[in-house]
Amino acid sequence: MTATISYDDVEVGTELPARSFPVSRAALVRYAGASGDFNPIHWNEKFAKEVGLPDVIAHGMFTMAEAARVVTDWAGDPAAVVDYGVRFTKPVVVPNDDKGAVVEVAAKVAAKLDDRTVRVDLTAVCDGQKVLGMARAVVRLA
Amino acid sequence: MALDQSFVGRTYPPTAPYEVGREKIREFAEAIGDDNPAYTDPEAAKAYGHPDVIAPPTFVFSITFRAAHRLVVEDPELGLDYSRVVHGDQKFTYARPVRAGDRLSVTCTIDSIKSLAGNDVLSVRGDVHDGSGELVVTAHTKLVARGAGAEQSTEA
Repeated sequence: MTATISYDDVEVGTELPARSFPVSRAALVRYAGASGDFNPIHWNEKFAKEVGLPDVIAHGMFTMAEAARVVTDWAGDPAAVVDYGVRFTKPVVVPNDDKGAVVEVAAKVAAKLDDRTVRVDLTAVCDGQKVLGMARAVVRLA
Repeated sequence: MALDQSFVGRTYPPTAPYEVGREKIREFAEAIGDDNPAYTDPEAAKAYGHPDVIAPPTFVFSITFRAAHRLVVEDPELGLDYSRVVHGDQKFTYARPVRAGDRLSVTCTIDSIKSLAGNDVLSVRGDVHDGSGELVVTAHTKLVARGAGAEQSTEA
């Protein structure tokens, strides 16, 4: 694999370029099809409300996938990610309007590890609330 | 009712192989809006040293979760009530990226069963092997089954 960032060029605290990801109802329908997760809480407002949700919510795995892009875009080769984990702390509520939701993802190098790897800690916020917790990736750099 | 602790350590038989296709990877990459050429352009993937296009890091969840669902969640002996289950944590450890042409088989193991604040917390490990038996990735999935009297959680 060929990460484009060198281990020697980063230090603890180095920030990765942050990104905002819009999440629309259409995106959730598309993700449902691509992932095979057709749970109606991700596309059926009536069903979502019947089970106590405020509205349709995004797939947790969709949010996890979007957050990963901050790391893979930075690293170049997505295979540089050797370990990636998150906790789903709050749902991303996606209203049926022209805006949908926005997930803001920031990340920084939290530790330099052995074997030219670093630990990157991520934050993902929607509507002022952390939607991912303990979001960490281990990335092997050049 | 708490889940039976004797299921901890139980390993289920490997799943029939899932063949990873280029177009399925493309569909997934487009669905997450990711235009990294390593996912769609074999030449770009080769420039990174991969024999074919690779899949985004979370792609494999579709395969591991399907296995966990069919084998563990629907295991009548375990008796998990899926209508109460939400996805708590997810972690992947990669030996190498998933790539087009892989024939992937998942072996599910129940790593732990815990009871926290009236909820059952089930940790399932999915070891994903390729057609030659090499480990590709391990997925750790934590499922939380809300207890009847527990505070409503809204995660998925």
